[in-house]
Amino acid sequence: MEWVFFGLFGVLALVGSVGVVVSRNAVHSALFLLVNFAATALLFLVLGAQFLALAQVLVYAGAIVVLFIFVVMLVGNETVDDFVARERPWLRWAAVGFFLVFIAVAGYSLVMSGWEAAKGLADYGAVERVGAVLYREYLLPFELASVILLAAMIGAIILAARTRPPLGRPEE
Amino acid sequence: MDWVDLVVIPIIKGALILFILLTATAYLTLFERKLIARFQVRLGPNRAGPFGLLQPLADAVKLFFKEEVVPGHVNKPVYLLAPMMAMVPAIALFAVVPLGPDLSLFGRRIPLHMGGDVNVALLYVLAIASVGTYGVMLAGWASNNNYSLLGAMRTSAQMISYELPMAIIVASLLLVTGTMSVVEIVEQPRPLWAWLWLWLGFPLYFITMLAESNRAPFDFPETENELIAGYQTEYGGFKFAVFYISEYLHMLTSSAVAVTLFFGGWRGPFVDQFPLLGPVYLALKTVAILFLYVWVRASIPRLRYDQLMSFGWKYLLPWSLLYLAVTAVLVVALS
Amino acid sequence: MPYGYVWLLIMLGLAAGVAMMMMFLPLLLGPRNPVPTKYEPYESGMKPFMLPRRRFPVHYYLVAILFVVFDIEILFLYPWAVILRDLRWFGLVEMGVFLGIVLVGFVYAWRKGALEWIR
Repeated sequence: MEWVFFGLFGVLALVGSVGVVVSRNAVHSALFLLVNFAATALLFLVLGAQFLALAQVLVYAGAIVVLFIFVVMLVGNETVDDFVARERPWLRWAAVGFFLVFIAVAGYSLVMSGWEAAKGLADYGAVERVGAVLYREYLLPFELASVILLAAMIGAIILAARTRPPLGRPEE
Repeated sequence: MDWVDLVVIPIIKGALILFILLTATAYLTLFERKLIARFQVRLGPNRAGPFGLLQPLADAVKLFFKEEVVPGHVNKPVYLLAPMMAMVPAIALFAVVPLGPDLSLFGRRIPLHMGGDVNVALLYVLAIASVGTYGVMLAGWASNNNYSLLGAMRTSAQMISYELPMAIIVASLLLVTGTMSVVEIVEQPRPLWAWLWLWLGFPLYFITMLAESNRAPFDFPETENELIAGYQTEYGGFKFAVFYISEYLHMLTSSAVAVTLFFGGWRGPFVDQFPLLGPVYLALKTVAILFLYVWVRASIPRLRYDQLMSFGWKYLLPWSLLYLAVTAVLVVALS
Repeated sequence: MPYGYVWLLIMLGLAAGVAMMMMFLPLLLGPRNPVPTKYEPYESGMKPFMLPRRRFPVHYYLVAILFVVFDIEILFLYPWAVILRDLRWFGLVEMGVFLGIVLVGFVYAWRKGALEWIR
């Protein structure tokens, strides 16, 4: 039964990611990304990682794709003219090459792991377990995460403060 | 638990809940129009049926027979997707609300919710709220209209800004309850200080609710005097109605969620003897919150946009963080 | 997969079904009377002279990124809140340090005027 769900959501995730790459319109890409994130969340759920599944929806689908769409609006030019690929035709082949290498590495590690990679403990994904592990055993990485968040915040503010709009009211 | 419990009964239950929700939403529009009329010393709709009780039906029938126009300049797939993206989260939010104690029917034990006892139900509420932004955003972008895009950008910035205080207050609630299962949150006994402390935080939560469902005084999608109809400008016929219904659905479901989290949901006197009183209590409490919604709309004018943003970031966010900190200290000190 | 999640998915599916029905049923019921004016952008009766393909102020981007940062921070609160009763004062201190560091960024944003909409 689990395999059926895995296959279903896995195919959905793949469709989403192919759509992201193939779409010529950046907002359509963002929507396909949303499909991909939703499918990934469902895959987490199949594995019993409940907290991670909801975190995936909350952070990736609820926040990061919103940020993407804001950025697309900010740039104001969402249809992609792939002039880079036209100028350098070898880029396409390089991309295909990277993809094949990636598949090979992922497949190799999957086979070497004896197909056991994705099996967690029974209640490993429960919020209590995540909390206990995070706040007792991995205290330092947790605190360091706040420093990374701080860096992201300050970086964004500095970047945005530079491109101040010329007129007094930034709105509209 | 066999497949009847797993799939068949939930589908029947879900369809029933949907039917009740949509009917209630239709009457919520009438409820609001009548109340607003009373606040403004008018009569309100009173032609269709006694006391205007058939008005929602008349509205729906009229909208169903409108011509469906898809303007030529829109991005068609996204344009058609957006109203659905607005409606689905508004309905899905209701899944975690328990309507009453478990029911015994035909020898089966039927819980009156659609998964409110999962281990991450509170996070589900937030996740659904965060996905609610897309309907507005995509509608504005796909419409290819200046007013739509401006309205959508404003509204989505507003919604994500007010999501933060909401999530922090829900985290404070979680500190008090110690469980994410909404069913347990309703059923667990709570000391008096915990109730009082939660009610102290409720006004903050209510403000974020107003902003999340785009209601007055935060109704920026419909700043009709500057943006025509905001992100809905290019929508007509029933596509417009879907947005309209979504707004009222969102009011309804978020009120039910608030009642469940802060006011004991379906619990009330004699509910242990007569389990069917549970849904009645839930409905009554929800109507009380809905009355608050309408009261606020009738009383408070719309904010200016910069006031809205600075209120969210400079007042609501620090206050809710303070509330969280005090809650954490209280919980550790008193437990 | 515990049963509760199946139910949540069923509810999501039903909601999507209803939304789709509402979108496509009126196509069958409504009249058809195509007039060119109906298919133009609405601009209060004026001919639109520009489509909204201009750039938006960077401020929206700033709000969005602050939102992402705080969203992640708040996500960390949830597993912590569930087990705070076991962690006790130790838990308070560790979350205090975490929040303190993130709040430095918040104060910085405030001082830099990133939270102002009119400059």
